[in-house]
Amino acid sequence: MNIDHEYRTDISKGWTRKHILGLQDLTKDELNIILNQAAEFKRLAAIGETKLTPLAGTVVANLFFEPSTRTRISFGLAAKRLSADTVDFSASGSSLSKGESFVDTAKTVEAMGVSYVVVRHKTPGAPQLLAQHLDANILNAGDGTHEHPTQALLDIFTIREHFGKIEGLTVTLVGDILHSRVARSNIWGLKKLGAHVIVCGPTTLIPSEISRMGVEVSHNLDDVLNRTDCLNLLRIQFERQRGHFFPSIREYAHLFGMNKQRINKAKENVLILAPGPINRGVEITPDVADGPHSVILGQVSNGLIIRMACLYLLHLQRTASLGNPG
Amino acid sequence: MNSILIKNGRIIDPSQDLDLQGNLLIEDGKIKGLCKETTNADEVIDATGLIVSPGLIDLHVSLCEPGFEEDETIESGTAAALAGGITSLACLPNTSPVVDDRSSAEFILLQAERAANCNVFPLGAVTKNHEGKELAEIGQLVAGKAVGFTDADHPIENAEIMRCALEYTRMFHHPILNRPQVPELTEKGQMHEGYYSTVLGLKGIPAAAESIMVNRDIALAELTQGRIHLMCISTRESVSQIRRAKQAGIQVTADVTPHHLALTDQMLENYDPHYKVLPPLRPQEHIDALIEGLKDGTIDAICSDHTPHATEKKTDEILGAAFGIIGLETLIPVCFQSLIKPGHLTWSELISKLTSGPANILGLNKGTLAEGADADITLINPDTKYKLNAADLKSASHNSPFLGKELQGRAEIVLVSGQIRYRAKS
Repeated sequence: MNIDHEYRTDISKGWTRKHILGLQDLTKDELNIILNQAAEFKRLAAIGETKLTPLAGTVVANLFFEPSTRTRISFGLAAKRLSADTVDFSASGSSLSKGESFVDTAKTVEAMGVSYVVVRHKTPGAPQLLAQHLDANILNAGDGTHEHPTQALLDIFTIREHFGKIEGLTVTLVGDILHSRVARSNIWGLKKLGAHVIVCGPTTLIPSEISRMGVEVSHNLDDVLNRTDCLNLLRIQFERQRGHFFPSIREYAHLFGMNKQRINKAKENVLILAPGPINRGVEITPDVADGPHSVILGQVSNGLIIRMACLYLLHLQRTASLGNPG
Repeated sequence: MNSILIKNGRIIDPSQDLDLQGNLLIEDGKIKGLCKETTNADEVIDATGLIVSPGLIDLHVSLCEPGFEEDETIESGTAAALAGGITSLACLPNTSPVVDDRSSAEFILLQAERAANCNVFPLGAVTKNHEGKELAEIGQLVAGKAVGFTDADHPIENAEIMRCALEYTRMFHHPILNRPQVPELTEKGQMHEGYYSTVLGLKGIPAAAESIMVNRDIALAELTQGRIHLMCISTRESVSQIRRAKQAGIQVTADVTPHHLALTDQMLENYDPHYKVLPPLRPQEHIDALIEGLKDGTIDAICSDHTPHATEKKTDEILGAAFGIIGLETLIPVCFQSLIKPGHLTWSELISKLTSGPANILGLNKGTLAEGADADITLINPDTKYKLNAADLKSASHNSPFLGKELQGRAEIVLVSGQIRYRAKS
């Protein structure tokens, strides 16, 4: 069945954006449209409407120039749930090593009749570049250390689902802020929706200019626990330790790992998020990861509906711009 | 005897403290001197509304030949120089092979002679193949007419090598030109480290990466009594260190590029690789310090640091894009925009940074309109406004962030040794 006509269409009203490149660009209203559209898809799924048809006959290309399992699977399934055909392109490392430029590769794929391009690339700004050169609608699935908008949207969706709101909450992002695209997208999105954001991690992994993005900076997790409503524990990449950003994994876990003792110091209803894949025993101990405060697996299922919502909204923009409703 | 009269121009020659409305006579390729408007000459150039300046001198330019002819050739690069009002340039040895022996330097001179555009002075490598390990044959390069020594975009990393190079070149009276960037703090860096690098997720290059090496080079110049020239200074701290060193009598000179005066790190916001350059574009506070350095003489020269890259090296994803900006043909308008228009420098002060300043650094007998000097002369139209189009560029590469921008000021007529080598399209 076609939700365009048979389900609530008021939710997406006002959506005119062609690409979703990052949360820095989006307005508060646009963020709410995505979250509300995702909620609608979640409601439909709950009543058994899991296979929808709005994108039938269109092609979504998943271009992954950087290794990914979770995000790639999630985007692939989201497109299939909306009845789009999908093409997948995966290349580890740069396509330049094969003699073809990134833009040329993307143009080649687009020439196969692709309307929507989901792109992940190690280079910040790669989705912007495609937006300049392609006619397709571009959806950023993570560009280097710049942004990862759908991950932040699913984090925000999960928080909103739990607390019923974002405004007035204190959200603490813990870990490697310097190299985290998830952190940047979360900061933009949460700030626009009225949350107070704290970034907490070792001094070497928090860039000094980050406070200009409107966040509070802390280097002591214990100090901020009692006023934090939601903790988002960013994954620590082991190669950072070899890159002398911190002396040892053990020391990191001691200073910034979320464990039972820290849960006891935190607010009673604190929510624990982790974009994953999680390192058990590093940023989070198993008892916390599997404990009552954790919504880590809930995040994964919300990821699917957020990506459905994003694809669906881009589809609405495209059909509207082609003057062809539905 | 062949003579040219340039009449009724604003003659500016900082080497003689000259800024007056007048007429200039050229005889047999040499400057004869000021004269009356009615002086007889074989040819008369009407310079009404134009500035008559000594031919501009560019301290370091990449001409890319041999080895990288897809980016630029000696012929196209020197044609671009003329169109930019430059009558003499020194070219970097970062070719393939590197200019680290006499025959390579002589090849460049031969190609420049064939092109017959502007004067070309080769810079030789400090170390063999720019590897930073062994000194190149500096004495042989001097015999091949090299006027200075540099490892171009490779900073001389090893302090002992730098010390030896400064000591060794002393006996040839030529400077070492170094691009100060500590490699450990520059590695994988894409832009200035600050707010915009944080937001964009691009690895930053802290300002300290430059000033650490500026400090070291000044200390080594003091130790060795050698002559160090610091290329493309871009930070506030570098300027104050050089200022202090000059006050202490140490033989240090420095240059800055027009794009580091006109553009900030914020311009990378849209990930346009045309703004990707080394050293990186810095925030306004650094630009303000550079302008102060130009005003008080801490910075001796302005240099295009012309770095051509073929389109395919500059239009893909930003991490893969090459560093560098072409600058020969925008030298005058970008200096006008960032220095003259806001009132930071007078035309005379600007012209000194583009003529006598660089001539003194390289020991060239150029950059003056004094009697007997080579008649290398640039007639500048300070008022003409135009849009910079790729099709109008003489350079083989178009990697300029100023493309499509409205500019003011350009070279109108350019003479080299008394011959008119360039006239702007009207």
